[in-house]
Amino acid sequence: MIYENSFLVEGKTFKNAGHVSSQVKNLLQKMKFSKEVVRRAAIVTYEAEINICSYAERGKIILRVKPEEINIEAIDEGQGIADIELAMEEGYSTATPKIVHMGFGAGMGLANIKRFSDVFRITSEVGKGTHLEMIIRA
Amino acid sequence: MKLREVKEILEAEVFVGHDQLDMEVKTAFGADLMSDVLAFAKAGSLLLTGLTNPQVVRTSDVLDIAAIIIVRGKRPLIETILLAEELKIPLLGTRYILFETAGRLYAHGIVGCVERVAEKRDFS
Repeated sequence: MIYENSFLVEGKTFKNAGHVSSQVKNLLQKMKFSKEVVRRAAIVTYEAEINICSYAERGKIILRVKPEEINIEAIDEGQGIADIELAMEEGYSTATPKIVHMGFGAGMGLANIKRFSDVFRITSEVGKGTHLEMIIRA
Repeated sequence: MKLREVKEILEAEVFVGHDQLDMEVKTAFGADLMSDVLAFAKAGSLLLTGLTNPQVVRTSDVLDIAAIIIVRGKRPLIETILLAEELKIPLLGTRYILFETAGRLYAHGIVGCVERVAEKRDFS
């Protein structure tokens, strides 16, 4: 492990949405990962952060960096996801008008995260929260 | 083409980035849905959008979008302008609708950052 950090994400507000992703992106750029790797890591972090800002009460994003891979975890306390398989489907969404107004909630988030990650794991418990783990190989 | 020419073609107002108008751009992507921008837009492209909130700038930062063009004469929110200044992403506005904005740029040689999506999408 060459680097580990945890970032808090405020839930149910877009006030600082994307702030953590910008920080993660800057850190990875400074660590001299390729543009493509930084971009993919930034996209999955951003989608995960937007999910916390959209649906959760609060959450955190943990960044663990090794020379060969970047591991990003997004852990939130919130409503959770009842049917993960359905939530993974492109176009399925439970977004409120507020989320749609911000340009999200089209049911693309989890599908985007899966596609831009080399490894993607998701677990969720209704009423408790959701845990995402994304690995990007350098 | 330089961003300065984009500004002239679109008779655009520059909200942020007066000092970055010599930047070269070749491609563009247009959408109001940020999730689609995240899925399809490529680094170095122009983003044409009708969305005016700060998430447009955050999304552009994540993707290394070259510059943002807000269409349909909409005014960006003050928070959007401030974030674009902070992240040094040029932010322009045009009164042309999205279709006209894209058409005018295309006629001058700007092309889509992807022509069409593959049957099995490549998300690299």
